[in-house]
Amino acid sequence: MSKRFKSLLTPIIAVLLGIIVGTIIMVVSGYNPVTAFTALWNGSFGDIYYIGEVVRQFTPYILAGLAVAFAFRVGLFNIGVEGQFLVGWLAAVWVGVAFDLPRIIHLPLAVLAAMVAGALWAFIPGLLKARFRVHEVIVTIMMNYVALHVSNYIIKNIITDNKDKTDLVKESATLRSDWLQSITDYSRLHWGIVIAIIGCFVMWFLLERTTRGFELRSVGFNQHAAHYAGMNVNKNIILSMVIAGGFAGLAGAMEGLGTFGYATVKGGFTGVGFDGIAVALLGGNTSLGVFFSAILFGALKVGALNMPLEAGVPNELVDIIIALIVFFVASSYIIRVFLDRISKKEVK
Amino acid sequence: MKKRKIGMALSLVLAAGTLLGACGKSDDTSKEESKGGEKEKAFSVAMVTDVGGVDDKSFNQSAWEGLKKFGADNGLKKGKDGFDYVQSKSDADYSTNLNTLARQDFDLVFGIGFLMQGAVDEIAKQQKDHQFAIVDSEVDQPNVASILFKEQEASFLAGVAAAMTTKSNKIGFIGGVEGAVIERFEAGFVAGVKAAKPDAVVDIQYAGAFDKAELGQSISSKMYASGADVVFHAAGGTGVGLFKEANDLKKKDPSREIWAIGVDSDQANMGPDVVLTSALKRVDNAVIDISKKAKDGNFPGGEVALYGLAEDGVGLAPINDKVSNKADIDTAVNEWIEKIKSGAVKVPGTRDELKTFSAK
Repeated sequence: MSKRFKSLLTPIIAVLLGIIVGTIIMVVSGYNPVTAFTALWNGSFGDIYYIGEVVRQFTPYILAGLAVAFAFRVGLFNIGVEGQFLVGWLAAVWVGVAFDLPRIIHLPLAVLAAMVAGALWAFIPGLLKARFRVHEVIVTIMMNYVALHVSNYIIKNIITDNKDKTDLVKESATLRSDWLQSITDYSRLHWGIVIAIIGCFVMWFLLERTTRGFELRSVGFNQHAAHYAGMNVNKNIILSMVIAGGFAGLAGAMEGLGTFGYATVKGGFTGVGFDGIAVALLGGNTSLGVFFSAILFGALKVGALNMPLEAGVPNELVDIIIALIVFFVASSYIIRVFLDRISKKEVK
Repeated sequence: MKKRKIGMALSLVLAAGTLLGACGKSDDTSKEESKGGEKEKAFSVAMVTDVGGVDDKSFNQSAWEGLKKFGADNGLKKGKDGFDYVQSKSDADYSTNLNTLARQDFDLVFGIGFLMQGAVDEIAKQQKDHQFAIVDSEVDQPNVASILFKEQEASFLAGVAAAMTTKSNKIGFIGGVEGAVIERFEAGFVAGVKAAKPDAVVDIQYAGAFDKAELGQSISSKMYASGADVVFHAAGGTGVGLFKEANDLKKKDPSREIWAIGVDSDQANMGPDVVLTSALKRVDNAVIDISKKAKDGNFPGGEVALYGLAEDGVGLAPINDKVSNKADIDTAVNEWIEKIKSGAVKVPGTRDELKTFSAK
């Protein structure tokens, strides 16, 4: 078995295992797994509306997944995607409501603002890691809370006058399109998917086809070796966090300019950033892998909403099944070891 | 190498598609059969919860109980042709869920909570021949009924009860997140306290969250320590900390007289020795009322349905039997109820209105 084939097989086995264990649990607790999974399918691809919603859902997942994957390839664990995502969301909406500009300038400006905000938010843990060796996991987790509460404060006291929600972004800054909505029967599908696909391409090109990408990956493989080879490790660490943060900020722009068109005061995290970790892991931290695993997660999220209604499966069970799939994905190491054993036997 | 990978992925996606697609088809036929069986469609109603779900011990739960009661009264079954709910897992799900229910041809769809305001507004515009209702917010569309409550009237009564119970003349108020709804609670409560005992002081504090019990506990601990003996919360899950603190203090010193007042539903079970009463917000009654109207063809679309004491939309739970002057409080509360119902007293709903309020 080639290495590539194995890395492709691992996530697929993980998903299948999740479905199998989910089926067992449903059978044991007296629900019909066939109707349940049918409901899942109908709720994600059964109607053009749901297809539009799935695409809408996985658009930010792609970018959040890239944000985790990119940092991971350089050996950093970016748990701060959620915070970078929130500041990106805020920045995009802020630019979207505060200015009156022609569309050709306004929309790119809002998207760019989100990217810069996310990048700056990730720059801080990157700098602390590079200069003082402060572990990025701790800093990014804490920065998530700072992002949540600071953006709540700004929405409430600066953008609006003590309201829970900003106005809708101006027409000239929105990613939404009547045409996309009309072909998907009023789903919230928006142009952000194009940005997400470009993001995938940019990550692949940057890492695999440029000298800078080679340096970044080298730092990820072995910092000391990279250092002895004359590469500037610290610079690459900061750079990778900044680029990862830019992806996360873009994910925020997808929500701020596309899905919602406004920003709200939030009582807690949205979960997109954390789902991004799972998306990146399932996708093996490659841009193509992230793309496909984001589709899977998007479909699961949207389709799961339909399971209680159509199949009568309780919400809690749906959560367990989704969690199982993520669990097996996260424990893909076990599957990999198992696959290694098999291939070794074959060699013998 | 690369080509093989992509080809592999493609074939897998296709294989999965055909497999799952086959499942989908088999279901479609069965659905059509069942549709052919019963031709006349009964009235159906459904609701979308926010992330709290139907067991949040607060308004989602109350709304769902209302729907269940409505279903039982009208012989409806839980499911697609009767009454049902869908739970949202994040803010992004509101729109999908509301749309799903409208697509499933429910005659009336409730959005529970002001968080759904944007989603209801948008979908009501798209699905013009469906009826929607939203709780705790206003949506100005011809096919949406907006359900608002006069929370101030319930908390006014709670304020009266608190003022008549306190011995230290110090009373606490814990709010969740500042906003119009909680401001109504606050203004009404302070007005009630002032009406019954003008020299009592109300210490007003906000936790900034509806789900932080530990914050609620630390705030109430400070309030009780500074001499307050009755504390009212309008803070959802944060208020759980208030009951914990009150129970703990009571356990340490059973002779100490301290009380806590609950909100939304009757929270007497949170501490039989310390819960004085609860300011009730009868989301269930409002849901039943709107459902009935819609069923009879009198759906109040485009209107704001305001539920106060007179409409049985808010109220006060029974006063704890362990209060020494329970009879006096009951009489006073009933007097105020009459005055409010008759319109003789208008309870203030904002801090500005509170400034000019006088009960006499």
